[in-house]
Amino acid sequence: MTVYFLCAVLLTMGLYCLVAKKNIVKKVIGVVIMDYAVNLYLIILGYKHNGVAPIISKGMSDARLERFVDPLPQALVLTSIVIGLGVLALMVSMCIRLYEKHGTFDMSQISKLRG
Amino acid sequence: MNLVPLYVAIPLGVAFLIPLLGTWWKKSGEVLSTVSTALLALMAILSIGAPAVVLYMGGWKAPVGIALVQDGLSTLLLIAINVVAFLCIIFSLKYMTEYTGLRKYYSLFMLMVAGMNGVVVSGDLFNLFVFLEVASIASYALVAFGVEADELEAGFKYLILGSVASVMILFAVGTVYAVTGTLNMADAAREIATKFSGPDMNPALLLAAAFFLMGFSLKAALVPFHAWLPDAHPSAPAPISAMLSGVVIKSLGVYAIARIFFTVFGFSPDVASSGIIANAILFFSVLSIVVGGLLAIGQWDFKRLLAYSSIGQIGYVTLGIGVGASVLASGGTRSLAALAILGGLFHLLNHAAFKSLLFLSSGAIQRATGTRDMKRLGGLKERMPITAATTNLAAFSIAGVPPFSGFWSKLIIIIATIKAGHPAIASIAIGMAFVTLAYYVKVQREVIFGDVGAAVVKAREVPAAMYVPLIVLAIVCVGFGLLYPVFGDRILEPARDALLNGAEYIKLVLG
Repeated sequence: MTVYFLCAVLLTMGLYCLVAKKNIVKKVIGVVIMDYAVNLYLIILGYKHNGVAPIISKGMSDARLERFVDPLPQALVLTSIVIGLGVLALMVSMCIRLYEKHGTFDMSQISKLRG
Repeated sequence: MNLVPLYVAIPLGVAFLIPLLGTWWKKSGEVLSTVSTALLALMAILSIGAPAVVLYMGGWKAPVGIALVQDGLSTLLLIAINVVAFLCIIFSLKYMTEYTGLRKYYSLFMLMVAGMNGVVVSGDLFNLFVFLEVASIASYALVAFGVEADELEAGFKYLILGSVASVMILFAVGTVYAVTGTLNMADAAREIATKFSGPDMNPALLLAAAFFLMGFSLKAALVPFHAWLPDAHPSAPAPISAMLSGVVIKSLGVYAIARIFFTVFGFSPDVASSGIIANAILFFSVLSIVVGGLLAIGQWDFKRLLAYSSIGQIGYVTLGIGVGASVLASGGTRSLAALAILGGLFHLLNHAAFKSLLFLSSGAIQRATGTRDMKRLGGLKERMPITAATTNLAAFSIAGVPPFSGFWSKLIIIIATIKAGHPAIASIAIGMAFVTLAYYVKVQREVIFGDVGAAVVKAREVPAAMYVPLIVLAIVCVGFGLLYPVFGDRILEPARDALLNGAEYIKLVLG
């Protein structure tokens, strides 16, 4: 249970960083922390103490079958990490463009639109 | 023959072919995207009335493999997405010539279409998330396509908020998987209905539902998750604004809310928690109607006014769906829930037509006059008769003037709301319908009629490639208002039944 709690703490830290920081690069870092908190959560869902890879072969003992880990969360996390990388690349390139336009990373100086 | 995967495969393939062929074929973007969106729109229209189909990817039966499902609701969204995409591409051919990097534009556009089509045909929760991300990432880049200061800021804001929404959705997907042990929507629905029914929903599932609702509401720009929309829609190029407002917020937001909550979680009087979800949807809808409508009145930037109006109108769509949900959750009659959902879906279809028409018209006006400041516009019907006429028609439709389409859908939603026993919500909806009328009268007074404005003096009608999509959409708007008996039972009623009968979806996918 503690690991799930720590995962939630990580998620909240990311959200805090996103909301409280004015520097857009730090905001990006906040989003990435949130993303990784959720990835970690998915990995924990599939974790099994003393688990083995789920590969079925002939003459396998039932004891080994029971130690199989759930492979699906790992597949999900791999996909999610790749998606996160794509989003991160886009975020960073937008940060660079914003810096070129304004000469600053400070959101309060960049912000002109009213929302 | 099963054509469902082509809705994803064609735009995805074209999106990568455009830059590949682009080195030696300069017009690859224009030609390939026009041909492929025309084909997709045709496929979607021809699939009207066909029975629901399922395709198991790689031949692995559900729930092991990933299923692609096209039922009534998917067909409704596929028609909206692909027809609007085709018309926006036609409009882009002339409109986008003032931008550079056009191959990137068409490539991203097709990626966005592929993502949206994927979302509406996906039968798997994680697959839905992946397609949602494909469509979202393409739309972030397209909002910032102008790479000026405003575009970048709006794009960045949209990107940050969209990423937060994605994180929430992924968390919810993981939680549903942890509780039910499956990602297939039909299988998860069966698990939830059989193992987790009872007066109290499993708390982990309720948490997942809350995160789904927050994530998808952010994508749908429901108040209080709307902050990105009024910046993103005006900053994007006009065809992209039309796509964003016309179909993106619907397929990524409203469709996903409807599909996840009606099909997977289900609304039933036996489960007390489902009433909470229904009330939350109602609450966000009413907030959206009120806040979107009131903020729209004060706007002088034409596209920003339209953007706020989108928030309000999406509120009407989710109000219809939310009333349907609350009737089902409180054990009301199914016919009443059916009426409310039908109203919501009808408004969704209407809004896709008239809001994309309005945004495309705003693009045509901006192209011809160089401004979207309503104080400098006016008397457009003297200089640009066709654009003025189509804008006028769309304004009538969205403001709910009978007999135009917006009137009928709002009427159905309001009648259903009253019959469901929410007179307060219904009176708010009626009041805000008049506010909608008020700010579209403002549009007519400031833009279409009145004295010829400073910016309009030298304006000329836009080329045919730009006004033909406007005329087509205007005809569609009028058709939706007058010809309900022709399309209602073929498009809307199957979509409504798909939402109402979750059990049939389960049977369809799991066999």
